[in-house]
Amino acid sequence: MSIASYVFLAPYLVLMVVFGVMPGLYALYLSFTSRTGNGSFVAFQNFTKVLGDFRFMPAVQHVSLYLLFWLVALVVLVTFFALVVHGLGSRHLRTGLRLVYYLPGALAGASSVMLWLFVLDPTASPVSILIKAMGMASFVNVIVPSHLPVIFAIIAFWTGAGGWIVIMYGALNNISTEVMEAARIDGAGSLRLAWHIQIPMIRKWISYMAIISIAAGVQLFVEPQLLSQASNAIVPNDYSLNQLAYLYAFKQNDFHGSAAISILLLFVALSLSAIFVTRGGLFDKD
Amino acid sequence: MHGTRNLQFTPRLRKAALGGVGVLTLAVLVAGCTSGNTSTTTSTSSGPATTQATDAPITVWVDADRAAAADAYKAAFPNDPITVETYDGGANGSGTFRTKMQLFDTAGSGWPDVVFSTQNNDASWASQGSNGNKPFAAVLNTGAIPDATISGFAKGALDPCTVDGKVYCLRNDLAQVVLWYNKTLMDQFGYTVPTTWEEYQALGEKVAKEHPGYIVGTQGDTFTSEIYMWSSKCEANHITGATSVTVKTDSTECKRMASLLDDLRTAGSSPNIGVFTPEFVSTYAGKVLMMPGPIWYSGAIFNNPSSLNVPAGQMAVAAPLPWKGEDAVTGDVGGATWFISSHSANPALAAKFVEFVTTNDAYQVDLAPGYPAFAAAADKWVAKQNSSGYYATPLDQAVAAGSLIWSGWGSGVFSQEAIWGKTMTTGVADGKTLVQLLPDWQKAIADQAQVDGYTVK
Repeated sequence: MSIASYVFLAPYLVLMVVFGVMPGLYALYLSFTSRTGNGSFVAFQNFTKVLGDFRFMPAVQHVSLYLLFWLVALVVLVTFFALVVHGLGSRHLRTGLRLVYYLPGALAGASSVMLWLFVLDPTASPVSILIKAMGMASFVNVIVPSHLPVIFAIIAFWTGAGGWIVIMYGALNNISTEVMEAARIDGAGSLRLAWHIQIPMIRKWISYMAIISIAAGVQLFVEPQLLSQASNAIVPNDYSLNQLAYLYAFKQNDFHGSAAISILLLFVALSLSAIFVTRGGLFDKD
Repeated sequence: MHGTRNLQFTPRLRKAALGGVGVLTLAVLVAGCTSGNTSTTTSTSSGPATTQATDAPITVWVDADRAAAADAYKAAFPNDPITVETYDGGANGSGTFRTKMQLFDTAGSGWPDVVFSTQNNDASWASQGSNGNKPFAAVLNTGAIPDATISGFAKGALDPCTVDGKVYCLRNDLAQVVLWYNKTLMDQFGYTVPTTWEEYQALGEKVAKEHPGYIVGTQGDTFTSEIYMWSSKCEANHITGATSVTVKTDSTECKRMASLLDDLRTAGSSPNIGVFTPEFVSTYAGKVLMMPGPIWYSGAIFNNPSSLNVPAGQMAVAAPLPWKGEDAVTGDVGGATWFISSHSANPALAAKFVEFVTTNDAYQVDLAPGYPAFAAAADKWVAKQNSSGYYATPLDQAVAAGSLIWSGWGSGVFSQEAIWGKTMTTGVADGKTLVQLLPDWQKAIADQAQVDGYTVK
């Protein structure tokens, strides 16, 4: 049995070391060395350089706003939808809805953004009446900078939420029927049941979702990058931190600056995750 | 994911899963080995750029449209060893050309011998070695390409390729800005073609009142700055050296054009919409009275079934507009380039190829969609267009405009188009005017230039 578990773990460990740990260590090395002078140690020089870049703080604001909208929507709505589906009487309806929720997630990241390019363009959109009713006559009006965090949050929610709803549904299934029955006998309705029994019991799953989503969210890249190309640069190509790291590496040929941004991102994602791990009790034993 | 369902592992399933994992691990290992092998082979085959041979094969990078140029060369010289690879041509500021060359610099091998780029600002980086590497672009005017060929290009055509007197690329085509107009509509409305920007503005206001819905131009594209601000001698992009730029957007030259555009946008005859959007085609097909824009608008917009699709015999070209009392100058939107690698093992063949595709009638006159940068080919190209019967008047004004491109707007490493898009187009969409936004534009250009290592004055 223990051999089998190692065999199962091995591919993951190999891939993680090759594509996760080693590039991470290499980035750490790059971020503290200089490109001139054969990689000599320069302490925090690369970090002060990227922090002083005029594009850095705006990118931090963009990503933070996006994370805020997205995480709140994710935590609130995913939990809500999972509870609703779980509470449905008809088994067929439950299965059908889970499939519908999950479907958008089957599209790969880039192709779902392509789809949204059409949805957001009032001349091509199936919901153009709605967009025009909000006072936006053309694509340029839709993608003005102040709308972008919400737009990216909607796209990300649309692609990612379905998978999480299915997982939350599974977590709800795991709550023992005895507990639920006992609460019902004590006179708890659906609302009190959800608030006092179900949500506390799937708390770990909610924080798990938050951690994974934060890690993915701070790396925002595909959505603004594609929107930037599709809008002929009206959406800036330096909108997010990951795009900035990309520009450093491949436009300015400065891999050290790029590595510094990556390390900063890693640090932020780890710190935020630490909060959820401790607060969400993810590693507590039951 | 244990929460979803309790999947019971039967012995058979377990065995199958274990087998799958084993296969996967093996696949990963094999993939790792293979990729390792390939990279070694490449580095030995094309690594030492110092050994040059007259029979060494060359690799040519073109975009999809320019595959025709490579085909024309192959038809003319079927025995020359040439491998053609297609890439995106660096279009829309994707920067693929630069990105890939930097990766090859890091790897120390792999550079293609000839590269076509849709952008005209690549000489700014290709002429400079980064991180102590040899510059990618070979110098072409010191023997690689005959002087007679170099001097045969239209006046100013090689300016974007020239850094400190050295020519690093040859232009494929020119993209001079002219005044396009629909002669049939102009005659129908009883208007005369304007000869100054002041007259243009007055006519734009008049059209908005007398024939609402018809337009005299657009300003929603990222290259709006190159059509209008460049033509107005606005000093927003004066590249004065390899790493120095002068940016001055508070001049009269900038303000007068910004104010003209604001005025016509408010009037409704110059919308903040890009010409490549579906919205433009659906709203303004048949409604374009005039349109300042590059020469390639003909094939890209007017004579294009999937764009405006203006019938033959209507569109005509007028001379670029001057401001009253000044001489006319014009802008330039793109105009592609050909580069030869300084690492090439067979520079003679690379030079022969580039000379052919930029000057030979077999491509530039017979096949090329754009206005050739090589003067002799351009004359024949214009003659061919005139005889096609599409244009309402001969294209002579387009030829004249080719030598009017103002030299005070340069080709820096940063994209003026990207800067215009994210500061000006979005600012206007947010309800501000271009005149109000000029200081923001100044700051955005200066910031970006500094990031790219320029000294800004």
